[in-house]
Amino acid sequence: MRIANALLLTLMLGASMPVAHALADTLKVAGPWEITGIEPAQTGYVFSRLQVAETLVTTDKKGALVPALAEKWAVSDDNLTWRFTIRGNAGFHDGTSVTAEAAAISLRRALAGVGVFSQAPIADIASEGHDIRIRLTKPFSALPAYLVHFSTVILAPSSFDTAGKITRIVGSGPYKVKALTPPARLELEGSDSWWGGTPGIDEVNYLAVGQGETRALMAESGEADLVFSMLPVSVDRLKANPKLDVQIATIPRTRILKVNAASPFFDQVEERQAVSAAIDRVGITKVILRNSDLAATQLFPPAMKGWNSPDVPPLERNVEKAKTLLKTAGWVPGRDGILEKDGKRFSVTLLTYASWPELPPIATALQAQLRQIGIDVKVSVGNSSEIPARHQDGTLEMGLVSRLYSIVPDPIGTLLQDYGPGGSDWGSMGWDNKEIQGIVERLAATNDASTRLPLQTRAVEILQEELPSIPVTWSELAIVSSKRIAGVEVDPLEVNYRLSAIRWAK
Amino acid sequence: MKNFFLSRLLQASIVAVVVGAVCFALMRALPGDAAMRIAAGRYGPDARIADAAEKVRLELGLDRPIAAQFLEWIGSLLRLDLGHSLVTGRAVAHELQVQLGASVWLAATALLISLLIGPLVGLISGLKPGGAADRSGLAGAVVFRAIPPFVLGLILMLIFSRQLGWLPPAGFGSPREILLPALTLALGLAAMSSRVTRNAVAAVARAPYFAFARYKGLPEAVVVRRHGLRNAAIPVVSYLGLQAIYLVEGVVVVESLFAYPGIGHALVHAIVERDVPMVQGTALVMGLMFVAINATIDLLTFWLDPRTRRTA
Repeated sequence: MRIANALLLTLMLGASMPVAHALADTLKVAGPWEITGIEPAQTGYVFSRLQVAETLVTTDKKGALVPALAEKWAVSDDNLTWRFTIRGNAGFHDGTSVTAEAAAISLRRALAGVGVFSQAPIADIASEGHDIRIRLTKPFSALPAYLVHFSTVILAPSSFDTAGKITRIVGSGPYKVKALTPPARLELEGSDSWWGGTPGIDEVNYLAVGQGETRALMAESGEADLVFSMLPVSVDRLKANPKLDVQIATIPRTRILKVNAASPFFDQVEERQAVSAAIDRVGITKVILRNSDLAATQLFPPAMKGWNSPDVPPLERNVEKAKTLLKTAGWVPGRDGILEKDGKRFSVTLLTYASWPELPPIATALQAQLRQIGIDVKVSVGNSSEIPARHQDGTLEMGLVSRLYSIVPDPIGTLLQDYGPGGSDWGSMGWDNKEIQGIVERLAATNDASTRLPLQTRAVEILQEELPSIPVTWSELAIVSSKRIAGVEVDPLEVNYRLSAIRWAK
Repeated sequence: MKNFFLSRLLQASIVAVVVGAVCFALMRALPGDAAMRIAAGRYGPDARIADAAEKVRLELGLDRPIAAQFLEWIGSLLRLDLGHSLVTGRAVAHELQVQLGASVWLAATALLISLLIGPLVGLISGLKPGGAADRSGLAGAVVFRAIPPFVLGLILMLIFSRQLGWLPPAGFGSPREILLPALTLALGLAAMSSRVTRNAVAAVARAPYFAFARYKGLPEAVVVRRHGLRNAAIPVVSYLGLQAIYLVEGVVVVESLFAYPGIGHALVHAIVERDVPMVQGTALVMGLMFVAINATIDLLTFWLDPRTRRTA
């Protein structure tokens, strides 16, 4: 009787759970990003990558800017007024047309909110016929690149309530939202009104899976067709699986040691160079990232054309040179081998965070390597907000951070933040270099490639010589797809995963 | 009986006030700037957090006196309003309904599976203490209680998802997906409940009334059913209340591992991101659930054991 009761209960439990949708013809996607709210500045990237919402401008496979909702754009002769023309055949998922007026509302919202767009020198945004007119306070050539950022996605007026609060995502992309269960699941279906055609697969399910190991198992068990962001330890095993394809792309993200150049430990350039020379980048990348090509011999990876200079001397390990440099800076070994200067021990705290699982192990490797040149490092793993907080109050000594240089597709967007006067959260600290500030200002104002290239090269040289942040490793993105599907592309800028181009393999 | 419900109601209201006050104090005693934490939770680790934090501070009025913020929370609670999450912007009551609901399903399924395994193993072990069944029951209990849920979950995934391909390693929404996380929790629960059952059964089997039932010639099955089960069930049922605590700590790990959007996972995020209304709402509802679970266990014991009725 008891067992019968239990069985009955089990059946009731099972029957009352919502039944899963037909899965056979659904493209199942898994990635690490949770959908914490639907405000574009917070999670717009999920809707942009999965092609639900679109921006005015997007990027092609090579990272060049190409039209999305804006079919063309132009700037006035004084470089102060930009016009973006909305394409005529674009429609929102609620059946209304994408108008310049609707786009201007979304953009003004982005400008008032949190996100990179609010940092552009914009005076006002207005609509004129099919055009959006953006007036600037000073020339700013990177504006179209800023309009790729996910916080500037164009949403239909029906996405907002009367108070202007977002209540749902009504975009214009090839997929529309069928159901959203925050924070983990997003179900999409094809939209028949997309200006770019009809998506190859009509139904897409996205599942947020935080654990890397679980994501790998989802790919291996066939429970997901497309899985993003694999851990380096899983990649070799997945490559050997005959049912799966693994694609890897270098992404414009560098793990750097942020040092406080205003502190007595890192105020001299020799000290920063010594720390750099003590780092065994090849060892770290080989063991922790399983790919020694990721050793960051300079700040920007080779895939960032024009920003990676083959002419600068590469950052390499040289313990003897490191010791000499520290001696020049006045540090001498104390009784226990730890360096001292004017009675002060070279003992610093290295702060990092676990949002990226590889940062804490890299931090402990750095701790051991710096000990070899007489620097005592304590590793502290906290929340990602502690680095900006300790930057603000000036108490940060050293931080290991992962910095993205394609927040907007033009790295100038990140450089403007990171190496301006006073530095920034994830950039320099206590390092004030007038030359690089001038270069960055000029780069932001011009669009001409021949003017920009020498300036970019000089910027790289300064960063390599001065080391306001010390590059440790570059990054890559591994994507696993099932052989059931074809047409998968890796977008190194992670703007748009082009799911609409994916088809079932024949 | 009336007294019983009145005292439980009083207990529930005390729990509500104490949990609310303690959570409120603890969340503010934590080191670090709340606005920075909330900004990092909302906009992720690539954003300009310091700038975002200033906007968050203004938006949420985090600079107001702490006493005012606490009174405000108590006031809304009296109006049955748990407020809105500072990170996602949705109503806490709605988040709890979805996420706590998901966790309750998971916990209930786990408890059910554990009840199918634990007491049965315990009964067989306890009837012959020191026998082969008892010894292998002990070994199994030690192994499954000693393996952390994280490792056990991965092992189950490797077997049932990767090798056999029967069950998905992550997801939610259908019975197929709940089985692996529920089994991970259930094995840990069953490990303990099988031993508690075994000891209770062994104690009953040594009792004079049990021997008497045998001496008077009752068949073994009738002896166990009539004189064994009910007496042995009393400590096992009481122990279920304690297992609820194991479930709460277990769901945190298991939900993260299996990408199951339950309350354990949400609570960890809420604490890290200083989402105070979410933490307070969750702690409050969990506290009340413990009161409800304990009340149910007391009622069950009351029904199982007539002696408590005589003294009550």
